[in-house]
Amino acid sequence: MLKNSIGNYTGKLKKNRFLFAELVKRDFKIRYARTSIGMLWSILNPLMELLVMRLVFTHFFGNNTPHYTTYLFSGTVIFHFFSESTREGMTSLVDNAAIFTKINVPKYLFLFAKIIQSSINFLSIFAVFLFLCLLDHIPFTWKFLLLVYPIILLILFNIGAGLVLSAIYVFFRDMKYFYGIFLQLLQYVSAIFFQIDSFSDRVQKIFYINPIYLYIRYFRKIVINSEIPSLGFHLLMLSEVIIMLITGILIYRKYNMKFLYYV
Amino acid sequence: MDILQVHNVSIGYLRGNFQNIGLKEYLIGKIMGTYHAEYFWADKDINFSLEKGDMLGIIGTNGAGKSTLLKAISGVMEPLEGYISHTGKISSLLELGGGFEPKLNVRDNTYLRGALLGYSRAVMDEKYQEIIDFAELNDFQENLFSELSSGMRSRLGFSIASLLNPDILILDEVLSVGDGAFQKKSGKKMMEIINGGATTILVSHNLSQVRELCTKILWLHQGRQIAFTKDVNGVCDQYQRFLDKVIPQPIYEGI
Repeated sequence: MLKNSIGNYTGKLKKNRFLFAELVKRDFKIRYARTSIGMLWSILNPLMELLVMRLVFTHFFGNNTPHYTTYLFSGTVIFHFFSESTREGMTSLVDNAAIFTKINVPKYLFLFAKIIQSSINFLSIFAVFLFLCLLDHIPFTWKFLLLVYPIILLILFNIGAGLVLSAIYVFFRDMKYFYGIFLQLLQYVSAIFFQIDSFSDRVQKIFYINPIYLYIRYFRKIVINSEIPSLGFHLLMLSEVIIMLITGILIYRKYNMKFLYYV
Repeated sequence: MDILQVHNVSIGYLRGNFQNIGLKEYLIGKIMGTYHAEYFWADKDINFSLEKGDMLGIIGTNGAGKSTLLKAISGVMEPLEGYISHTGKISSLLELGGGFEPKLNVRDNTYLRGALLGYSRAVMDEKYQEIIDFAELNDFQENLFSELSSGMRSRLGFSIASLLNPDILILDEVLSVGDGAFQKKSGKKMMEIINGGATTILVSHNLSQVRELCTKILWLHQGRQIAFTKDVNGVCDQYQRFLDKVIPQPIYEGI
Protein backbone atom coordinates (compact mmCIF):
# COMPACT_ATOMS: atom_id res chain seq x y z
CA MET A 1 0.00 0.00 0.00
CA LEU A 2 2.67 2.46 1.13
CA LYS A 3 5.04 1.32 -1.55
CA ASN A 4 2.28 1.73 -4.08
CA SER A 5 1.51 5.30 -3.07
CA ILE A 6 5.19 6.24 -3.08
CA GLY A 7 5.51 4.80 -6.56
CA ASN A 8 2.43 6.75 -7.56
CA TYR A 9 3.87 9.95 -6.17
CA THR A 10 7.27 9.62 -7.83
CA GLY A 11 5.51 8.82 -11.09
CA LYS A 12 3.50 12.02 -10.74
CA LEU A 13 6.64 14.00 -9.99
CA LYS A 14 8.42 12.58 -13.00
CA LYS A 15 5.48 13.34 -15.25
CA ASN A 16 5.25 16.87 -13.92
CA ARG A 17 8.97 17.37 -14.38
CA PHE A 18 8.58 17.00 -18.12
CA LEU A 19 5.61 19.34 -18.18
CA PHE A 20 7.52 21.79 -16.00
CA ALA A 21 10.54 21.71 -18.32
CA GLU A 22 8.29 22.29 -21.34
CA LEU A 23 6.60 25.25 -19.63
CA VAL A 24 9.95 26.82 -18.73
CA LYS A 25 11.11 26.35 -22.31
CA ARG A 26 7.93 27.91 -23.65
CA ASP A 27 8.21 30.96 -21.41
CA PHE A 28 11.84 31.51 -22.40
CA LYS A 29 11.15 31.20 -26.09
CA ILE A 30 8.18 33.53 -25.99
CA ARG A 31 9.90 36.10 -23.85
CA TYR A 32 13.00 36.33 -25.98
CA ALA A 33 11.35 35.92 -29.36
CA ARG A 34 12.15 38.86 -31.61
CA THR A 35 14.84 40.32 -29.37
CA SER A 36 18.23 40.03 -30.99
CA ILE A 37 20.17 40.30 -27.74
CA GLY A 38 17.84 37.88 -25.97
CA MET A 39 18.67 37.19 -22.37
CA LEU A 40 21.32 39.88 -22.30
CA TRP A 41 18.45 42.34 -22.11
CA SER A 42 17.41 41.14 -18.68
CA ILE A 43 20.94 41.78 -17.40
CA LEU A 44 21.24 45.18 -19.06
CA ASN A 45 18.00 46.39 -17.55
CA PRO A 46 19.09 46.30 -13.87
CA LEU A 47 22.59 47.43 -14.83
CA MET A 48 21.21 50.60 -16.37
CA GLU A 49 19.04 51.07 -13.31
CA LEU A 50 22.20 50.85 -11.22
CA LEU A 51 24.07 53.27 -13.44
CA VAL A 52 21.35 55.91 -13.16
CA MET A 53 21.15 55.58 -9.39
CA ARG A 54 24.94 55.69 -9.14
CA LEU A 55 25.04 58.94 -11.11
CA VAL A 56 22.15 60.56 -9.27
CA PHE A 57 22.67 59.50 -5.67
CA THR A 58 26.45 59.40 -5.27
CA HIS A 59 26.40 63.15 -4.82
CA PHE A 60 23.91 62.93 -1.92
CA PHE A 61 24.73 59.69 -0.16
CA GLY A 62 27.95 58.40 -1.70
CA ASN A 63 30.40 60.43 0.36
CA ASN A 64 29.67 58.86 3.72
CA THR A 65 28.88 55.33 2.55
CA PRO A 66 31.92 53.11 1.94
CA HIS A 67 31.78 51.04 -1.26
CA TYR A 68 28.73 52.96 -2.40
CA THR A 69 28.52 51.17 -5.77
CA THR A 70 28.36 47.80 -4.06
CA TYR A 71 25.97 49.20 -1.48
CA LEU A 72 23.63 50.39 -4.24
CA PHE A 73 23.98 47.26 -6.33
CA SER A 74 23.18 44.94 -3.41
CA GLY A 75 19.91 46.83 -3.12
CA THR A 76 18.96 46.96 -6.78
CA VAL A 77 19.93 43.36 -7.50
CA ILE A 78 17.70 42.00 -4.71
CA PHE A 79 14.86 44.38 -5.33
CA HIS A 80 14.90 43.77 -9.05
CA PHE A 81 14.72 40.01 -8.50
CA PHE A 82 11.76 40.32 -6.16
CA SER A 83 9.85 42.77 -8.34
CA GLU A 84 10.46 40.83 -11.56
CA SER A 85 9.47 37.49 -10.01
CA THR A 86 6.28 38.80 -8.48
CA ARG A 87 5.20 40.98 -11.41
CA GLU A 88 5.72 38.13 -13.87
CA GLY A 89 4.32 35.59 -11.43
CA MET A 90 1.20 37.60 -10.78
CA THR A 91 -0.21 37.14 -14.28
CA SER A 92 1.01 33.55 -14.68
CA LEU A 93 -2.29 31.91 -13.81
CA VAL A 94 -4.54 34.20 -15.82
CA ASP A 95 -2.21 34.05 -18.83
CA ASN A 96 -2.65 30.27 -18.89
CA ALA A 97 -6.43 30.31 -18.51
CA ALA A 98 -6.82 28.85 -22.01
CA ILE A 99 -4.96 25.77 -20.79
CA PHE A 100 -6.26 25.11 -17.30
CA THR A 101 -9.91 25.60 -18.31
CA LYS A 102 -9.51 22.76 -20.80
CA ILE A 103 -6.84 20.42 -19.52
CA ASN A 104 -6.46 19.20 -15.96
CA VAL A 105 -2.96 20.31 -14.92
CA PRO A 106 -1.39 21.36 -11.61
CA LYS A 107 -1.94 25.12 -11.77
CA TYR A 108 1.02 26.13 -9.62
CA LEU A 109 3.40 24.91 -12.34
CA PHE A 110 2.68 28.04 -14.41
CA LEU A 111 3.99 30.18 -11.57
CA PHE A 112 6.96 27.90 -10.90
CA ALA A 113 8.04 28.21 -14.53
CA LYS A 114 8.01 32.01 -14.25
CA ILE A 115 9.95 31.91 -10.99
CA ILE A 116 12.59 29.67 -12.56
CA GLN A 117 12.94 32.12 -15.40
CA SER A 118 13.44 35.14 -13.16
CA SER A 119 15.76 33.13 -10.89
CA ILE A 120 17.99 32.30 -13.84
CA ASN A 121 18.00 35.98 -14.76
CA PHE A 122 18.88 36.80 -11.19
CA LEU A 123 21.81 34.39 -11.12
CA SER A 124 23.30 35.96 -14.22
CA ILE A 125 22.91 39.42 -12.70
CA PHE A 126 24.46 38.04 -9.52
CA ALA A 127 27.54 37.03 -11.51
CA VAL A 128 27.82 40.61 -12.73
CA PHE A 129 27.37 41.75 -9.15
CA LEU A 130 30.36 39.67 -8.01
CA PHE A 131 32.40 41.10 -10.84
CA LEU A 132 31.54 44.67 -9.83
CA CYS A 133 32.47 43.82 -6.22
CA LEU A 134 35.89 42.92 -7.54
CA LEU A 135 36.16 46.28 -9.31
CA ASP A 136 35.05 47.98 -6.09
CA HIS A 137 38.02 46.39 -4.23
CA ILE A 138 35.85 44.14 -2.06
CA PRO A 139 37.87 41.30 -0.52
CA PHE A 140 36.30 37.91 -1.26
CA THR A 141 36.05 35.72 1.84
CA TRP A 142 34.54 32.31 2.59
CA LYS A 143 31.60 34.19 4.08
CA PHE A 144 30.39 34.87 0.54
CA LEU A 145 29.24 31.24 0.53
CA LEU A 146 26.60 32.21 3.08
CA LEU A 147 24.86 34.26 0.39
CA VAL A 148 23.30 30.96 -0.68
CA TYR A 149 21.01 31.29 2.34
CA PRO A 150 19.29 34.57 1.39
CA ILE A 151 19.21 33.56 -2.27
CA ILE A 152 17.38 30.30 -1.64
CA LEU A 153 15.05 31.95 0.85
CA LEU A 154 14.27 34.76 -1.56
CA ILE A 155 13.38 32.27 -4.30
CA LEU A 156 11.00 30.55 -1.87
CA PHE A 157 9.64 33.91 -0.74
CA ASN A 158 8.98 34.85 -4.35
CA ILE A 159 7.11 31.58 -4.86
CA GLY A 160 4.94 32.29 -1.82
CA ALA A 161 4.28 35.88 -2.87
CA GLY A 162 3.66 34.74 -6.46
CA LEU A 163 1.08 32.19 -5.32
CA VAL A 164 -0.78 34.82 -3.34
CA LEU A 165 -0.61 37.49 -6.05
CA SER A 166 -1.50 35.23 -8.98
CA ALA A 167 -4.58 34.00 -7.10
CA ILE A 168 -5.70 37.52 -6.20
CA TYR A 169 -5.12 38.63 -9.78
CA VAL A 170 -7.65 36.06 -11.01
CA PHE A 171 -10.33 37.79 -8.95
CA PHE A 172 -9.22 41.41 -9.25
CA ARG A 173 -7.58 42.47 -12.48
CA ASP A 174 -6.71 45.97 -11.30
CA MET A 175 -4.31 44.45 -8.78
CA LYS A 176 -1.66 44.93 -11.45
CA TYR A 177 -1.85 48.70 -11.02
CA PHE A 178 -2.14 48.60 -7.27
CA TYR A 179 0.86 46.33 -7.13
CA GLY A 180 2.89 48.68 -9.32
CA ILE A 181 2.27 51.48 -6.85
CA PHE A 182 3.02 49.14 -3.94
CA LEU A 183 6.37 48.17 -5.49
CA GLN A 184 7.30 51.82 -5.87
CA LEU A 185 6.62 52.48 -2.21
CA LEU A 186 8.40 49.29 -1.23
CA GLN A 187 11.47 50.44 -3.10
CA TYR A 188 11.69 53.53 -0.89
CA VAL A 189 11.37 51.59 2.35
CA SER A 190 14.01 49.09 1.21
CA ALA A 191 16.79 51.62 1.78
CA ILE A 192 18.32 50.93 -1.61
CA PHE A 193 20.24 54.17 -2.01
CA PHE A 194 20.45 55.52 1.54
CA GLN A 195 21.50 54.31 4.99
CA ILE A 196 18.99 53.93 7.78
CA ASP A 197 21.46 54.79 10.55
CA SER A 198 20.41 58.43 10.59
CA PHE A 199 16.84 57.47 11.55
CA SER A 200 15.74 56.99 15.17
CA ASP A 201 15.77 53.48 16.61
CA ARG A 202 12.00 53.23 16.32
CA VAL A 203 12.01 54.08 12.64
CA GLN A 204 14.87 51.67 12.02
CA LYS A 205 12.76 48.86 13.51
CA ILE A 206 10.04 49.63 10.98
CA PHE A 207 12.47 48.86 8.17
CA TYR A 208 12.84 45.37 9.58
CA ILE A 209 9.16 44.65 8.90
CA ASN A 210 9.96 44.79 5.21
CA PRO A 211 11.24 41.31 4.20
CA ILE A 212 13.03 42.70 1.15
CA TYR A 213 15.09 45.00 3.33
CA LEU A 214 16.26 41.98 5.33
CA TYR A 215 17.65 40.33 2.20
CA ILE A 216 19.40 43.52 1.13
CA ARG A 217 20.84 44.00 4.60
CA TYR A 218 22.08 40.41 4.68
CA PHE A 219 23.91 40.93 1.39
CA ARG A 220 25.53 44.15 2.56
CA LYS A 221 26.60 42.68 5.89
CA ILE A 222 28.39 39.81 4.20
CA VAL A 223 29.80 41.59 1.18
CA ILE A 224 30.76 45.03 2.51
CA ASN A 225 31.24 44.46 6.25
CA SER A 226 32.28 40.80 6.12
CA GLU A 227 29.98 40.20 9.09
CA ILE A 228 27.67 37.23 9.63
CA PRO A 229 24.18 38.35 10.68
CA SER A 230 22.86 37.02 13.99
CA LEU A 231 20.98 33.76 14.37
CA GLY A 232 17.85 35.76 15.19
CA PHE A 233 18.19 37.58 11.88
CA HIS A 234 18.36 34.24 10.06
CA LEU A 235 15.28 32.97 11.87
CA LEU A 236 13.35 36.18 11.19
CA MET A 237 13.97 35.74 7.46
CA LEU A 238 13.04 32.07 7.60
CA SER A 239 9.79 32.68 9.45
CA GLU A 240 8.69 35.30 6.92
CA VAL A 241 9.30 32.84 4.11
CA ILE A 242 7.33 30.11 5.86
CA ILE A 243 4.39 32.44 6.51
CA MET A 244 4.36 33.56 2.88
CA LEU A 245 4.57 30.02 1.50
CA ILE A 246 1.84 28.65 3.75
CA THR A 247 -0.48 31.54 2.88
CA GLY A 248 0.09 30.91 -0.82
CA ILE A 249 -0.44 27.16 -0.58
CA LEU A 250 -3.62 27.57 1.45
CA ILE A 251 -5.07 30.03 -1.06
CA TYR A 252 -4.29 27.74 -3.99
CA ARG A 253 -5.79 24.75 -2.19
CA LYS A 254 -8.96 26.61 -1.35
CA TYR A 255 -9.54 28.14 -4.77
CA ASN A 256 -7.98 25.47 -7.00
CA MET A 257 -11.31 24.54 -8.60
CA LYS A 258 -12.83 28.02 -8.39
CA PHE A 259 -10.31 29.95 -10.49
CA LEU A 260 -12.07 28.65 -13.57
CA TYR A 261 -15.25 30.59 -12.81
CA TYR A 262 -13.42 33.91 -12.85
CA VAL A 263 -11.37 33.81 -16.03
CA MET B 1 -15.64 -3.55 -14.98
CA ASP B 2 -16.61 0.10 -15.21
CA ILE B 3 -13.91 2.30 -16.66
CA LEU B 4 -15.85 5.46 -15.97
CA GLN B 5 -18.61 6.01 -13.46
CA VAL B 6 -20.65 9.18 -13.21
CA HIS B 7 -22.81 9.03 -10.13
CA ASN B 8 -25.59 11.56 -9.38
CA VAL B 9 -23.41 14.32 -10.69
CA SER B 10 -24.51 17.94 -10.63
CA ILE B 11 -22.23 20.66 -11.92
CA GLY B 12 -22.71 24.37 -11.62
CA TYR B 13 -21.15 27.58 -12.77
CA LEU B 14 -20.79 30.61 -10.61
CA ARG B 15 -22.76 33.32 -12.36
CA GLY B 16 -22.94 36.99 -11.60
CA ASN B 17 -21.41 40.35 -12.39
CA PHE B 18 -18.06 39.46 -10.91
CA GLN B 19 -16.04 38.51 -13.93
CA ASN B 20 -13.19 40.71 -15.07
CA ILE B 21 -13.79 43.27 -12.37
CA GLY B 22 -11.25 45.09 -10.30
CA LEU B 23 -10.99 45.52 -6.58
CA LYS B 24 -12.57 48.96 -7.00
CA GLU B 25 -15.66 47.61 -8.78
CA TYR B 26 -15.90 44.79 -6.27
CA LEU B 27 -15.93 47.17 -3.32
CA ILE B 28 -18.40 49.52 -5.00
CA GLY B 29 -20.62 46.55 -5.88
CA LYS B 30 -20.49 45.29 -2.30
CA ILE B 31 -21.37 48.70 -0.88
CA MET B 32 -24.15 49.43 -3.37
CA GLY B 33 -25.48 45.90 -3.03
CA THR B 34 -25.28 45.26 -6.77
CA TYR B 35 -22.65 42.54 -6.48
CA HIS B 36 -24.09 39.09 -6.77
CA ALA B 37 -22.83 35.61 -7.52
CA GLU B 38 -24.85 32.42 -7.56
CA TYR B 39 -24.60 28.92 -8.94
CA PHE B 40 -26.23 28.13 -12.22
CA TRP B 41 -26.78 24.41 -12.74
CA ALA B 42 -25.34 23.31 -16.04
CA ASP B 43 -25.89 19.62 -15.26
CA LYS B 44 -28.25 18.11 -12.69
CA ASP B 45 -28.28 14.51 -11.45
CA ILE B 46 -26.42 12.84 -14.28
CA ASN B 47 -25.90 9.08 -13.99
CA PHE B 48 -24.12 6.73 -16.33
CA SER B 49 -21.22 4.32 -16.51
CA LEU B 50 -19.01 3.09 -19.31
CA GLU B 51 -17.13 -0.14 -19.76
CA LYS B 52 -13.95 -0.79 -21.63
CA GLY B 53 -14.43 -0.36 -25.36
CA ASP B 54 -17.64 1.62 -25.09
CA MET B 55 -18.19 4.55 -27.38
CA LEU B 56 -20.60 7.00 -25.84
CA GLY B 57 -22.35 9.62 -27.92
CA ILE B 58 -23.64 12.67 -26.11
CA ILE B 59 -26.38 14.58 -27.89
CA GLY B 60 -28.50 17.58 -26.99
CA THR B 61 -29.32 21.06 -28.15
CA ASN B 62 -27.15 24.05 -27.28
CA GLY B 63 -27.00 24.69 -23.57
CA ALA B 64 -27.74 21.07 -22.71
CA GLY B 65 -24.65 20.83 -20.50
CA LYS B 66 -22.58 18.57 -22.74
CA SER B 67 -19.31 20.49 -22.63
CA THR B 68 -19.62 21.13 -18.90
CA LEU B 69 -20.06 17.41 -18.29
CA LEU B 70 -16.93 16.71 -20.33
CA LYS B 71 -15.02 19.29 -18.29
CA ALA B 72 -15.99 17.50 -15.11
CA ILE B 73 -15.01 14.10 -16.53
CA SER B 74 -11.63 15.40 -17.63
CA GLY B 75 -11.07 16.87 -14.16
CA VAL B 76 -11.02 20.52 -15.14
CA MET B 77 -14.18 21.16 -13.11
CA GLU B 78 -15.38 19.55 -9.93
CA PRO B 79 -18.98 18.33 -9.51
CA LEU B 80 -20.81 20.26 -6.80
CA GLU B 81 -22.75 17.09 -6.00
CA GLY B 82 -22.13 13.42 -6.71
CA TYR B 83 -18.87 11.92 -7.85
CA ILE B 84 -17.00 10.78 -10.92
CA SER B 85 -14.55 7.91 -10.80
CA HIS B 86 -12.40 6.55 -13.58
CA THR B 87 -9.45 4.28 -14.17
CA GLY B 88 -6.67 4.96 -16.62
CA LYS B 89 -5.48 7.99 -18.51
CA ILE B 90 -7.90 10.51 -19.94
CA SER B 91 -7.04 12.42 -23.08
CA SER B 92 -9.47 15.20 -23.74
CA LEU B 93 -9.94 17.35 -26.74
CA LEU B 94 -12.26 19.97 -25.45
CA GLU B 95 -11.46 22.49 -28.10
CA LEU B 96 -9.31 21.43 -30.99
CA GLY B 97 -6.68 23.94 -31.88
CA GLY B 98 -7.32 25.79 -28.63
CA GLY B 99 -4.71 26.15 -25.93
CA PHE B 100 -1.82 26.06 -28.36
CA GLU B 101 0.85 28.71 -28.18
CA PRO B 102 0.84 30.87 -31.33
CA LYS B 103 4.43 32.08 -30.91
CA LEU B 104 5.93 28.59 -30.71
CA ASN B 105 6.55 26.30 -33.63
CA VAL B 106 4.69 23.08 -34.38
CA ARG B 107 7.33 20.85 -32.79
CA ASP B 108 7.40 22.75 -29.49
CA ASN B 109 3.62 22.93 -29.41
CA THR B 110 3.33 19.18 -29.94
CA TYR B 111 5.69 18.44 -27.07
CA LEU B 112 4.01 20.99 -24.84
CA ARG B 113 0.55 19.56 -25.52
CA GLY B 114 1.82 16.04 -24.89
CA ALA B 115 3.29 17.18 -21.58
CA LEU B 116 0.05 18.94 -20.65
CA LEU B 117 -1.90 15.76 -21.37
CA GLY B 118 0.41 13.99 -18.93
CA TYR B 119 2.75 12.04 -21.18
CA SER B 120 6.48 11.63 -20.63
CA ARG B 121 9.30 12.88 -22.82
CA ALA B 122 10.07 9.29 -23.84
CA VAL B 123 6.53 8.75 -25.11
CA MET B 124 6.64 12.02 -27.01
CA ASP B 125 10.00 11.21 -28.61
CA GLU B 126 8.59 7.89 -29.72
CA LYS B 127 5.27 9.20 -31.06
CA TYR B 128 6.28 12.58 -32.43
CA GLN B 129 6.96 11.57 -36.02
CA GLU B 130 3.78 9.51 -36.15
CA ILE B 131 1.74 12.48 -34.94
CA ILE B 132 3.26 14.81 -37.52
CA ASP B 133 2.74 12.27 -40.29
CA PHE B 134 -0.87 11.73 -39.36
CA ALA B 135 -1.55 15.45 -39.17
CA GLU B 136 0.18 15.85 -42.56
CA LEU B 137 2.37 18.62 -41.20
CA ASN B 138 5.79 17.27 -42.19
CA ASP B 139 6.74 20.43 -44.06
CA PHE B 140 5.49 22.72 -41.31
CA GLN B 141 7.36 21.44 -38.25
CA GLU B 142 9.45 24.60 -37.88
CA ASN B 143 6.59 26.97 -38.67
CA LEU B 144 5.06 29.04 -35.93
CA PHE B 145 1.67 27.80 -34.84
CA SER B 146 0.14 31.16 -35.78
CA GLU B 147 1.13 30.53 -39.38
CA LEU B 148 -1.00 27.39 -39.66
CA SER B 149 -4.47 27.35 -41.19
CA SER B 150 -7.35 26.50 -38.88
CA GLY B 151 -7.68 23.09 -40.55
CA MET B 152 -4.03 22.32 -39.84
CA ARG B 153 -4.44 23.38 -36.21
CA SER B 154 -7.38 21.06 -35.66
CA ARG B 155 -5.59 18.24 -37.42
CA LEU B 156 -2.63 18.62 -35.10
CA GLY B 157 -4.90 18.70 -32.06
CA PHE B 158 -6.73 15.58 -33.15
CA SER B 159 -3.52 13.72 -33.98
CA ILE B 160 -1.90 14.44 -30.63
CA ALA B 161 -4.90 13.41 -28.58
CA SER B 162 -5.72 10.29 -30.56
CA LEU B 163 -2.25 8.88 -31.25
CA LEU B 164 -1.13 8.83 -27.64
CA ASN B 165 -3.21 5.74 -26.80
CA PRO B 166 -5.38 7.13 -24.01
CA ASP B 167 -7.63 4.82 -21.98
CA ILE B 168 -10.45 7.33 -22.20
CA LEU B 169 -10.66 9.70 -25.15
CA ILE B 170 -12.96 12.68 -25.03
CA LEU B 171 -13.87 14.33 -28.31
CA ASP B 172 -15.95 17.46 -28.41
CA GLU B 173 -17.25 18.21 -31.90
CA VAL B 174 -13.96 17.23 -33.43
CA LEU B 175 -14.76 14.63 -36.06
CA SER B 176 -15.79 17.36 -38.40
CA VAL B 177 -12.27 18.76 -38.68
CA GLY B 178 -10.21 18.97 -41.79
CA ASP B 179 -11.26 18.26 -45.35
CA GLY B 180 -13.14 15.19 -46.54
CA ALA B 181 -10.01 13.06 -46.80
CA PHE B 182 -8.90 13.87 -43.29
CA GLN B 183 -12.39 13.27 -41.92
CA LYS B 184 -12.33 9.81 -43.44
CA LYS B 185 -8.90 9.16 -41.99
CA SER B 186 -9.84 10.43 -38.53
CA GLY B 187 -13.01 8.35 -38.56
CA LYS B 188 -10.90 5.30 -39.34
CA LYS B 189 -8.49 6.21 -36.55
CA MET B 190 -11.40 6.47 -34.17
CA MET B 191 -12.53 2.96 -35.06
CA GLU B 192 -8.98 1.75 -34.46
CA ILE B 193 -8.91 3.35 -31.02
CA ILE B 194 -12.27 1.84 -30.11
CA ASN B 195 -11.25 -1.59 -31.40
CA GLY B 196 -8.03 -1.22 -29.44
CA GLY B 197 -10.14 -1.26 -26.29
CA ALA B 198 -10.18 2.44 -25.43
CA THR B 199 -13.32 4.06 -24.10
CA THR B 200 -14.43 7.07 -26.06
CA ILE B 201 -16.85 9.89 -25.45
CA LEU B 202 -18.04 11.81 -28.45
CA VAL B 203 -20.10 14.97 -28.51
CA SER B 204 -21.63 15.56 -31.88
CA HIS B 205 -24.49 17.28 -33.64
CA ASN B 206 -24.02 14.90 -36.54
CA LEU B 207 -26.59 12.19 -35.81
CA SER B 208 -25.57 9.87 -38.63
CA GLN B 209 -22.05 9.88 -37.20
CA VAL B 210 -23.40 9.04 -33.75
CA ARG B 211 -25.53 6.20 -35.17
CA GLU B 212 -22.56 4.83 -37.03
CA LEU B 213 -19.91 4.98 -34.29
CA CYS B 214 -21.56 4.89 -30.87
CA THR B 215 -22.49 1.90 -28.74
CA LYS B 216 -24.19 3.91 -26.01
CA ILE B 217 -25.95 7.23 -26.02
CA LEU B 218 -26.63 9.98 -23.51
CA TRP B 219 -29.27 12.61 -24.27
CA LEU B 220 -29.10 15.81 -22.27
CA HIS B 221 -31.56 18.67 -22.31
CA GLN B 222 -31.06 21.88 -20.33
CA GLY B 223 -28.83 20.10 -17.85
CA ARG B 224 -31.19 17.17 -17.28
CA GLN B 225 -30.59 13.61 -18.37
CA ILE B 226 -33.32 12.51 -20.79
CA ALA B 227 -31.89 9.11 -21.64
CA PHE B 228 -28.89 6.87 -21.21
CA THR B 229 -29.14 3.60 -23.11
CA LYS B 230 -27.63 1.20 -25.60
CA ASP B 231 -30.52 1.90 -27.95
CA VAL B 232 -28.57 4.45 -29.98
CA ASN B 233 -30.89 4.43 -32.97
CA GLY B 234 -34.03 4.69 -30.85
CA VAL B 235 -32.76 7.76 -29.02
CA CYS B 236 -31.50 9.35 -32.23
CA ASP B 237 -34.93 8.84 -33.84
CA GLN B 238 -36.67 10.39 -30.87
CA TYR B 239 -34.16 13.28 -30.72
CA GLN B 240 -34.75 13.94 -34.42
CA ARG B 241 -38.50 13.99 -33.79
CA PHE B 242 -37.92 16.52 -31.02
CA LEU B 243 -35.75 18.67 -33.27
CA ASP B 244 -38.43 18.54 -35.98
CA LYS B 245 -40.99 19.61 -33.36
CA VAL B 246 -43.02 16.43 -33.91
CA ILE B 247 -42.96 15.97 -30.15
CA PRO B 248 -43.09 19.06 -27.93
CA GLN B 249 -41.05 17.69 -25.02
CA PRO B 250 -37.78 15.77 -24.98
CA ILE B 251 -38.95 12.33 -23.80
CA TYR B 252 -37.56 8.87 -24.32
CA GLU B 253 -39.65 5.91 -23.15
CA GLY B 254 -37.24 3.11 -23.95
CA ILE B 255 -37.83 -0.04 -25.92
